[in-house]
Amino acid sequence: MTAHTGATPAQSLLSVRDLIVEIPTRRGVLRPVDGVSFEIQAGEILGVVGESGAGKSITGAAIIRLLERPARIAGGSVHLAGRRIDTLDSDSLRRVRGGQIGTVFQDPSTSLDPLQRIGDQLAETARLHLGVSRSNARERALQALIDVGIPGAAERLDAYPHEFSGGMRQRVVIALALIGEPDLVIADEPTTALDVSVQAQVLGLLKNLCRERGTGVMLITHDMGVIAETTDRVAVLYAGRVAEVGPTPAVLTDAAHPYTRGLMASTPNPIPGDKHQRRLQQIPGSMPGLLSVPTGCAFHPRCEHTMAICSQRRPPSVPVRSSDVGCWLHSEVPET
Amino acid sequence: MIAYIIRRVLQGSVVLAVVGFIAFAMFRFMGNPIENMLGQEATRLDRAALAERLGLNDPVPVQYVKFLGKAVQGDFGVSYRNGVPVAEMIVQRLPATLELAFVSAVLAVFFGIVLGVFTAIRRDGVLANIVMSTSLIGVSLPTFLIGVLLIWVFAVELGWLPSFGRGETANLFGWESGLVTASGLKSMILPAITLGLYQMTLVMRLVRSEMLEVLRTDYIRFARARGLSDRAVNFGHALKNTLVPVITIIGMQVGQIAAFAIVTETVFQWPGVGLLFINSIQFVDIPVMAAYLLLVGVLFVTINLIVDLLYAVVDPRLRVT
Ligand SMILES: Nc1ncnc2c1ncn2[C@@H]1O[C@H](COP(=O)(O)OP(=O)(O)OP(=O)(O)O)[C@@H](O)[C@H]1O
Ligand SMILES: [Mg+2]
Repeated sequence: MTAHTGATPAQSLLSVRDLIVEIPTRRGVLRPVDGVSFEIQAGEILGVVGESGAGKSITGAAIIRLLERPARIAGGSVHLAGRRIDTLDSDSLRRVRGGQIGTVFQDPSTSLDPLQRIGDQLAETARLHLGVSRSNARERALQALIDVGIPGAAERLDAYPHEFSGGMRQRVVIALALIGEPDLVIADEPTTALDVSVQAQVLGLLKNLCRERGTGVMLITHDMGVIAETTDRVAVLYAGRVAEVGPTPAVLTDAAHPYTRGLMASTPNPIPGDKHQRRLQQIPGSMPGLLSVPTGCAFHPRCEHTMAICSQRRPPSVPVRSSDVGCWLHSEVPET
Repeated sequence: MIAYIIRRVLQGSVVLAVVGFIAFAMFRFMGNPIENMLGQEATRLDRAALAERLGLNDPVPVQYVKFLGKAVQGDFGVSYRNGVPVAEMIVQRLPATLELAFVSAVLAVFFGIVLGVFTAIRRDGVLANIVMSTSLIGVSLPTFLIGVLLIWVFAVELGWLPSFGRGETANLFGWESGLVTASGLKSMILPAITLGLYQMTLVMRLVRSEMLEVLRTDYIRFARARGLSDRAVNFGHALKNTLVPVITIIGMQVGQIAAFAIVTETVFQWPGVGLLFINSIQFVDIPVMAAYLLLVGVLFVTINLIVDLLYAVVDPRLRVT
């Protein structure tokens, strides 16, 4: 299935296989994530894109089992460095959270406990995951603030979250995500809530810190520019499924899935100077709601290449050039 | 911070001046003080002399200021009923009410918070749901009914606890306390539960809904994402964030306990100022009634002030401004 990364769960840093998340509701069981598979290698930055409601956030939350009730994992597996983590007991899971997988949420104005000094929040996390002494934890907290570029870090340790600007607060959140020395960071639209002027700085910071430390990143975003500048590979989600996953340049300029091509065409010029990106073209229709996901390939009603098979069977994920693509255009159509 | 305190004290003073005016109006215009004090047989001359002595011939604002001035010094005049200075009567009765209110308040706040937190954390638990349903009864039953029920069960049927009065008291540095004798403590139990139950239920429901709100916030989710245990999340982060916004309301609710004590004191014949007030109504003993009104006003304002200051101390966001 994932021929090009060629990785078995044991080799990849993160391996998500056929992940299914279900939400039981009065009108039926919804599947916001429906058989998602992808890998992240150590130190690699994977971008996750897709329209609003495609299931990006839920996929991220499911990996650290932070789904909001009543959503639950209904199938598939998640391996971190070869260890299965979707079935862990709650104590081991807590050591994974923060210790092996750091998290950055979208809105820094609500991510920090408003009544606790940020130095204490940092030290609390450091002590938890590194088993260090109180004074050592405080030193690490200070270093973490310095690392994320907070001016006057020593004095700011005793400040409360409301005393920081949005950009500075997100730096603190990044410091919190990294202080447990995780191998992977899941960042869900980490700059969307920020002032445009500081978005690039904060993103650059996250990227550089993870590169220096060899930390893998799952970067959820809407922004193709961010994808182009920051990520090594991209996964494109559509209606809770992976349409295409592959190296960033390939997906941006030479996508194999009709949906990805449409998505790129509707995005103004993600790569500066790239000649493919002249027209602004919309994909007709909109992504289906979770109550009415089409049969077969979820994209087929909007696709310009629809064939008979598309509405009947879900396309398997197959290698196309350097990517993995779920589309019948690239698969052997089975005989019926 | 200093400016904040001064502003709050000034606001409190304004409220007290208004309460004082109502008390004064009652004192001056309800009934006829001269009739009350001299009776029918007094001569016209006697009346004129008394009116002059009481300052009733002064302009009303002057009378008001004098009334307030005296009140501030603890002079509320003399009871129409028995000629004893009102201040003396109140001072004698105050310990009973304050002790009852204090014990009820402690019970209400402590059990209110504990049960509120419990029912929030165990939102779907059987026990939590039983507590929630039971608490509905606590809010809907009137105080006197709860008192009567408790008396019936624990005093009449079981005979465990006394049904009225304060039991023995002991003099502690001039304070007649019922909290240091066995019979005093036993007598305290039923009235304190009766008085505190309603407030406890309110505190519990308030804490529960606020805590559920807090548990849904991003920073709690983020705390979990950092790997904190349920314990650290619930008690290290959620609890404080729950309590800060509700402190004001809890404080005000609990502050009202002293005023609500009237009903409980009547049911249990508790010899406090509430019972004094009820008795003074029967005798239209206006000075006592006016003094009680002022007392409750002072109590309210003081408690609110303390609560506001406490709030400023706990919430860093307020401290800075
Ligand atoms: N509790 C819930 N009940 C019903 N549907 C839900 C619930 N939570 C999420 N969903 C649905 O799950 C789908 C996926 O949500 P998710 O937040 O993962 O989208 P997303 O790709 O992150 O979108 P965005 O870009 O807007 O953040 C959405 O259609 C959303 O409406
Ligand atoms: Mg999202």
